[in-house]
Amino acid sequence: MLLDVGGINTYYGTSHILQDVSFSVDSGEVVALLGRNGVGKTTTLRSVMGLTPPRDGTVRLQDQELRGLAAHAISRLGVAYMPDDLRIFPDLTCEENLQIAAKLSPRTGYWNQERVEELFPVLADRRRQKGLNMSGGEKKMLSMGRALMSNPQLILMDEPSEGLAPLVVRALAGSIMEIRSHGVTILLADQNLKFCRQVCDRGYIIEKGRIVHQGTMEDIWGNEAVVKKYLAL
Amino acid sequence: MLQSIVHVCLAGLSQGMFIWLVASGLTLIFGVLGVLNFAHGSFYMLGAYFCFMVLRALGENFWWGLLLGPVCVAAVGYLVERFFLRRVYGLELPYQLLLTFAFVLLFDDLVKIFWGAASIGTPPAPGLADSIMILGRRFPSYNLFVIAVGPLLALGLWGLLEKTWAGRIIRASSSDREMASALGVKVPTLFTAVFVFGTWLGALGGGLAVPYLGLLTPGMGEQIIIEAFVVAVIGGLGSLKGAFLGALVIGLLSAFGTRFLPTFDMFLTFILMAGVLLWRPQGFFGEAR
Ligand SMILES: Nc1ncnc2c1ncn2[C@@H]1O[C@H](COP(=O)(O)OP(=O)(O)OP(=O)(O)O)[C@@H](O)[C@H]1O
Ligand SMILES: [Mg+2]
Repeated sequence: MLLDVGGINTYYGTSHILQDVSFSVDSGEVVALLGRNGVGKTTTLRSVMGLTPPRDGTVRLQDQELRGLAAHAISRLGVAYMPDDLRIFPDLTCEENLQIAAKLSPRTGYWNQERVEELFPVLADRRRQKGLNMSGGEKKMLSMGRALMSNPQLILMDEPSEGLAPLVVRALAGSIMEIRSHGVTILLADQNLKFCRQVCDRGYIIEKGRIVHQGTMEDIWGNEAVVKKYLAL
Repeated sequence: MLQSIVHVCLAGLSQGMFIWLVASGLTLIFGVLGVLNFAHGSFYMLGAYFCFMVLRALGENFWWGLLLGPVCVAAVGYLVERFFLRRVYGLELPYQLLLTFAFVLLFDDLVKIFWGAASIGTPPAPGLADSIMILGRRFPSYNLFVIAVGPLLALGLWGLLEKTWAGRIIRASSSDREMASALGVKVPTLFTAVFVFGTWLGALGGGLAVPYLGLLTPGMGEQIIIEAFVVAVIGGLGSLKGAFLGALVIGLLSAFGTRFLPTFDMFLTFILMAGVLLWRPQGFFGEAR
């Protein structure tokens, strides 16, 4: 087990968002957090990353307890975060946005600028461009590439397929398969069930801050009652 | 006439450089930490007094004072950030202003307690004590030195922020603290480092002012912090480029004001600020909000 989250409760101020959330991700898996708008997917990822720390429960990465650690410490243990709004540093160039992650990470491994640019060739053409001037699609690849540059064990991806054309979503699924083939474990939050079925092994469905269903992606895909109740728009 | 204009310009430039030194630290701290540090003028004052104390102790040599004095003040800055300022980052601006203003009062009183309320005369800088002829009139060579230090420092800061990884990490953290921390930046430590460095810049300004003013006075930080605030505002809060240009403009304007319109000296400065704020509320290089 790479990530084991047990009974976390997370609050924004006084509103109790995550209620007793438990789930786990095995090494090498791609796991989805599913659910409608505002159910707590982003909050779950932020809880793992230490950005909105849970008040109680446990968040274990292998045998290391992450709850109580600051985000920078969690990052150094090998967890990377790709936020839904991408958060590219506007002042830095594309290349600097990639390299800064490598400079800040104590970890080494397969991923470097060359390998990331092989995965997303457009980033090689944009090296000197400021983050500010990059398109939404480019920023998405850059944000994913930046996460890889720290050579993480686990990447948390928030809404990777959001806002992309169907053709681009298919390419993204290919990239995620490629990333996975190099031993990176992925926990992603997404609303596109078809995309999740392509790339994920298992999924957890969240509703109002609780996990209400879990299963393999094939199970969830085939379970019309569950899809209708929790996922259909 | 030409002679007079050139000399007024030189005087304005050297005055501008002191404002720049103070404004640079103020701007850096505001840009990265988001705190408007009123006590920055006190660091300028402490820089001057510590420089004086060190030069006294080490054979009346100003250069030792300039080298070591600001470092001592940087240590004071460390204590201020680590034990006080850090507690108010999350709070609203008025709390931060209150806290830093409390330090202004505290440091003014401490200076009076340790060095007395009277002004203290200071020796000139060895090697730069004389003056040189420029267009038939004498100009202190030390002031030329100050005029050279300002742009060098600007260049150094630019290189640090744009061309080193430390600088890129500082810029990244100032634009997005949370993302920087998710990538492994220990943000509180970075803030401390930037505050200490900004303090050192202000104190360096104070140290450099010792031979220039020839006189130390408690409260000497107050005039300059006001000018540095004006400069930071017209340059665009958080923009070092803006602070540098703003300091030049304010230095020159106040030199011309003193020479040709002595009664309206500070008045001109504030007219300029009001004008800039009306025309471009975010300052020369500030981002529109
Ligand atoms: N900063 C915040 N302050 C207060 N409440 C918040 C904050 N961020 C999110 N919330 C609330 O927490 C709940 C969960 O939000 P979260 O962003 O985790 O949902 P989500 O599943 O990621 O939704 P989406 O699909 O829209 O991204 C929502 O009800 C939201 O209104
Ligand atoms: Mg979300």
